[in-house]
Amino acid sequence: MVRCFLIHTVCPLSAVAPGESRVLYSRVFGPDEGVQSAQQRELSPEERRLLQKEKVAVVARQVHSAVSLSREASGRLLVETVPGEEALALQEADSGVMRLRAGDPFSEEMSVLWLGVQSLGFALVCESHENLLLAEGTLRNLTRHCLEHLHMLGQGSEVLLKSNRIDVLLSRLLPCGQLLFLNHRFAQSLEKEVAAYMAK
Amino acid sequence: MYSHGSESLIKQAREIQEPELQKFYNRLVKLLQGKEFSHETVDSLQRLHLILSATKYTRTLPSELQKRLSSLLSSPSEQLQVLSSAVLRETLPLSGQERNYNQDNISQLNSHAAALLLSQAGSRADLSSLCAQLLRSLESRPSEGPSHSLTHMLPILNTILTHSPECLTEDHMTLLSKKLVDWLRYASITQGGGASSGGFFTGPRSRQPVPIAELDGTVSGDFFTVLCVGQGFTEDQWMNVFSFSMLRHWLLTYHSVSNGNTAADTANRLQLSLSLSHSHSFSNDDRSEVDGSVVSMVSATSSTSRLLPPKERLREKAFQYCQRLIEQSDRKAHKRTDTELQRACLVEAVCILDCLCIEDTSLVFRAFPCIKALFGRLSSDLSFARVLLPLAQFYLNHGEIAAVDCECVWNLVFGRFPADLFNDPFLAHELLRFLRVNLESLQLRVPQYTRSFPNLLKLLAWDSPAVVDDFVDLLPSLVTAGTAVELLHTLLDLPCLSATLILQLRSASLPICEPGGRSLLSLDAFRNPSYRGLFLFLLRGEAGSGDTIDRLSTLHELLAEAADWPRVIQCTQTVPVLLHIFFNKVITVADEKLLAHLILVQLERSSLLLNIPNYIKEIHRVFSCHLLRLCKLHPSLVVDQSHELLEFAGTTANVYSKEEIYTHVVWVLGEYLSVSCDSRCSVRLITSCFEAMEAVLFEITSSAPPPGTSSPAPRVITTLMSALAKLASRSHDLIPRVSMFLSKLRKVSRGGSVVWCSDEEDLVAIVTRGEELWSLLKAPGVAQSVLTPPPHVTTPQWHRDTNVAMPLRLRALTSLTHSQ
Repeated sequence: MVRCFLIHTVCPLSAVAPGESRVLYSRVFGPDEGVQSAQQRELSPEERRLLQKEKVAVVARQVHSAVSLSREASGRLLVETVPGEEALALQEADSGVMRLRAGDPFSEEMSVLWLGVQSLGFALVCESHENLLLAEGTLRNLTRHCLEHLHMLGQGSEVLLKSNRIDVLLSRLLPCGQLLFLNHRFAQSLEKEVAAYMAK
Repeated sequence: MYSHGSESLIKQAREIQEPELQKFYNRLVKLLQGKEFSHETVDSLQRLHLILSATKYTRTLPSELQKRLSSLLSSPSEQLQVLSSAVLRETLPLSGQERNYNQDNISQLNSHAAALLLSQAGSRADLSSLCAQLLRSLESRPSEGPSHSLTHMLPILNTILTHSPECLTEDHMTLLSKKLVDWLRYASITQGGGASSGGFFTGPRSRQPVPIAELDGTVSGDFFTVLCVGQGFTEDQWMNVFSFSMLRHWLLTYHSVSNGNTAADTANRLQLSLSLSHSHSFSNDDRSEVDGSVVSMVSATSSTSRLLPPKERLREKAFQYCQRLIEQSDRKAHKRTDTELQRACLVEAVCILDCLCIEDTSLVFRAFPCIKALFGRLSSDLSFARVLLPLAQFYLNHGEIAAVDCECVWNLVFGRFPADLFNDPFLAHELLRFLRVNLESLQLRVPQYTRSFPNLLKLLAWDSPAVVDDFVDLLPSLVTAGTAVELLHTLLDLPCLSATLILQLRSASLPICEPGGRSLLSLDAFRNPSYRGLFLFLLRGEAGSGDTIDRLSTLHELLAEAADWPRVIQCTQTVPVLLHIFFNKVITVADEKLLAHLILVQLERSSLLLNIPNYIKEIHRVFSCHLLRLCKLHPSLVVDQSHELLEFAGTTANVYSKEEIYTHVVWVLGEYLSVSCDSRCSVRLITSCFEAMEAVLFEITSSAPPPGTSSPAPRVITTLMSALAKLASRSHDLIPRVSMFLSKLRKVSRGGSVVWCSDEEDLVAIVTRGEELWSLLKAPGVAQSVLTPPPHVTTPQWHRDTNVAMPLRLRALTSLTHSQ
C-alpha cells in the first residue's frame, strides 16, 4: 500500500532556508500510524496532525536532497519545458528511489519513489515489500496527469487552488493508497471519469 | 513551475488574521445555506482547504460551518464530496461529537466520505467496527449494483489489514476468501459495458456478448485476469482487478507459515495437490480423474478442489491465476503501458507463488517447472533484471527443497546485475533490499556472496547517497578474515572505482576520436591498452585475485582530474563511515596476525590515496582512531610491528604530511613499547625507538617547515616529548638525553619567537609541558607509574579492589557502630 503521495519544491527557494522544501500537496492514506502504538494514542488529535505534517515535511526534505544530489552527480542540464510538453518533461525527469528506515520517520521501513520534474518533486511513499515496478508506473502516470490537468509547467498556482482535482485523480488511480494493476483499457476507463470531472 | 504567485498564496494562507478568517467562515456558511452551489462556493471551499492545509498547526472551524461541511459529504455533486472531505481531513472532528464508529455504516458512504472516515479512525476498535460493517454489507449485497460501489471497499479493507490485521475474525476471513475466489477465478469472460461487435448500424441482433481478449488481440481462451481487455468491463471484472491488487498482501497477512503447519497437514496437502494435478483437464469437465492427461497449468475445475476449505481453495485459485499471468506475459502486447504492466504482473505472480509455496511446501513441485521455464526465458535479457530478482528469491527459498542448482541465478545476481546495471537506481535499491532481507540465508547457502563485494560496491561507487544506508547494514556481513585486507583496499579506492565507472560509461557512448574536441585525459588513459590492467582490476567482479595492485600511484595520477567530479566527491563522503563499520567488525573476526597486517596497510595507504584534500584528511582521521583502538586491544601489536612503526615515526616528512596519524603512531609507541605489554620488548628496541623520535623532534624544533606546509601543531611536539619521556622512564639511561633536549628548548624559547612555532602562547605551552616532564623524570621510579600507570590504577575497581576496599569497609562499619 502507498502511505503517502506528495508534491513539493526541489529548487532552492529564497523564502525558505536552503535544503528546506515547500510541500504543495500531500495526501496521507489511511488512519494515522499511531492507531496501533500505545505511545501515540496519548497524543491529542492536534498533536497527531502536527506529527503527521512533520513526517511529510521530513520526506519532502529527504527527497529534495536526493534530487539535488542526483542532479549534481549526473551533471545533466535542466531542460525547461513549456505547457504542452508534458510528455517531454516526464521523459527528462530525474527518478530514483530511497529507503526510509523504520522509525525515521514512519514506524516501519518504507521505500520512497521520486520523480524530479524541473523545480518540483513528486514522491510516493510505499511499504517496503510493495511491487516497485507497479508503483513506478503509477507514479509516472499520476505525475503526467497532474502536469496536464493542473497546467503545472506554466506559472499558475493551480496545484494549490485546484487540489480537489488531485484528490479525484488519486481516488481513481490510487484509491486509499491501493496500487492497481490496470491495463490500458481499465486505465482509459478511469481516466475518462477523471477527465469528465476536470471538465467541470 | 513554482512561481512567486504560489509562494505568496501559501504565505497569505498562513498569515491570515483571525478577524479576516472569521469573516471568511461566515461568508462560507451563508454560501452553504443556499440550495444551489455556484462556482463561488467551490472556489471558497478550495480556498478554505488551502488555508487549513498550508499550516501544520490545526485551525478549528466554527461548529456551524463544520456541520454544514459534514452534510456536504453526501452531496450528489462529486466536487462537493471531494472538497468537503478534503477540508474535514485537515481539521479536527467536532469536540464532544466524536464520530461514533458503530453508528455510521461505511458501506453506505461514497468513496470520499468513506476514505475520510477511515483516516479519522482513532483506535483499533474503530477499525474493527469499520471492518465488520464492510464485511456485513459484502455478505448481504446483491451481485448487481452501481459500478464501483463495491470496488472502494477492498482498498479500505486492505488498509485495515495493514494497520490492524487482527480486526478480522475467522468468519470474516472465510467470507472474504470465498469472495476473492469468486472474483479472481470466476469473473465474467465476456466484455461488459454493452459492448457489441457491430458498427454503426447495430441492431439488437448483433448485441451478442463479445468475449474478452488478450493483450495481443487474440480472443481469450481462459478465465479473466488483469491482463485481459475488453471495450467495457463488468462489475465482477473490476473486482477481479481489485482482488488481485490486494491478493499478495492478503496472503502475507493471513497465510503466514506460523499457522501451525504440522507434518500430517503437509502430507495431506501433498496428496491432495498431486491428485489435483492428475485431474486437471482442458475441458471444464467434472471428472475427477483423467489419467495420462497433460497437466494444464491454468484451468482446473475439478471436483476435488471444491472440497477444499476456503483458505486452501483461495490458495489453489491464486496459484492458477499466477500461472495464467506468467503465460499471458509472454504475449506481445500492443501498447507500451501494457508491456510494463506485464512485467509488474510477472513480479507480482512470482512473489505470490513464493508466498504460497512457503505456506504449503507441496506446491513447490508444481511451481518449479513454471518458474524454471520463466527464468530460462528471461535470464539472458538484462532488461528483465527486476523480474529476475523475485525469481532469485524463489530459488533461495525453495531451491533446496526442489534440489535445483541455483548457480546460474547467483551468477546473475552477484555477477551481471551489479557489473552491468549499477546505474539503474531501482534495480540497485531492490537488489540491496534482497540482500538485506535474506542476509542470513545468503550467508548460509551462497558462498560466493562474501567474495562478491567488488561487484556490489559498484552500486555504492555509482550512487553513494542513495544506497549508503543499505551498505551500512550490509558491510559487516562482507567482512571476513579471508578478504578483509582486500576489502580495506577496495574501500579506500572507492572514489577511483567511481571515476572508472563514469569513464566506462563515457567510453561506451562517446566516439573514439572526438573531432576537434577536448578529450579527457583520464578517458584516454582508460582506453589506453598499457593501463588496461589497472582499470580491469578495479572493475573486477570477484575478490580473491589479489589485495591490490602495484601501480596504485600511477592509477591515482591518471585519475587526478576526477577529483572534482561530483559523483566522485559524493563517494568520498561515504568512505569514512564505511571504514568505521569495517574496523568495528574486523576486530571481532580477525586474529592478531591479520590485525598486524591491517596496521601495515593503514600506514602504507596513508600516503596512497586519490588526491582529494578533504578525503585524505578524513581517512587519516579514521586511521588514527582505529590504530589507537587496535593497539589498545592488543598492545603487543606495537612490539610486533615496531619495525614499521619506527620507520614511520622516524620519517620527518610524515610530521608535515600526515600529522594526525603521526601523532597517534608516536603515542602508541610511547604507550605500548614496554616489557609489561610484550615480553619481547628489549632495551635495545626502546633505545632505537627513542633515537628515531629524538632525531625527528630535534629536526622539527630547529628548522622552519618545508615550503608549502604549515608548522606542526603543538600537539605533535608535546606528544613526541611525552613519548620520549615515557620511554626514558623505562630505560633510565635515556633520561640525561631528555634533559639535554629540554634545556635546549628552554634556551631557544627565551629568545621569543621561533621559526617552527607561529604562536607565542603555543610555544609557552610546549615549554611548560617540557618542564613538567623534566621534573617528573627527576624521580625515575615515580615517573614510570605516573606516565604509564599500571592497569589496576586506570581501571578502578572500588570495593572489589583489596587496597581500596579496606578503608571503605572501615568507614561503613564506623558509621554503623557510631549511630549517634
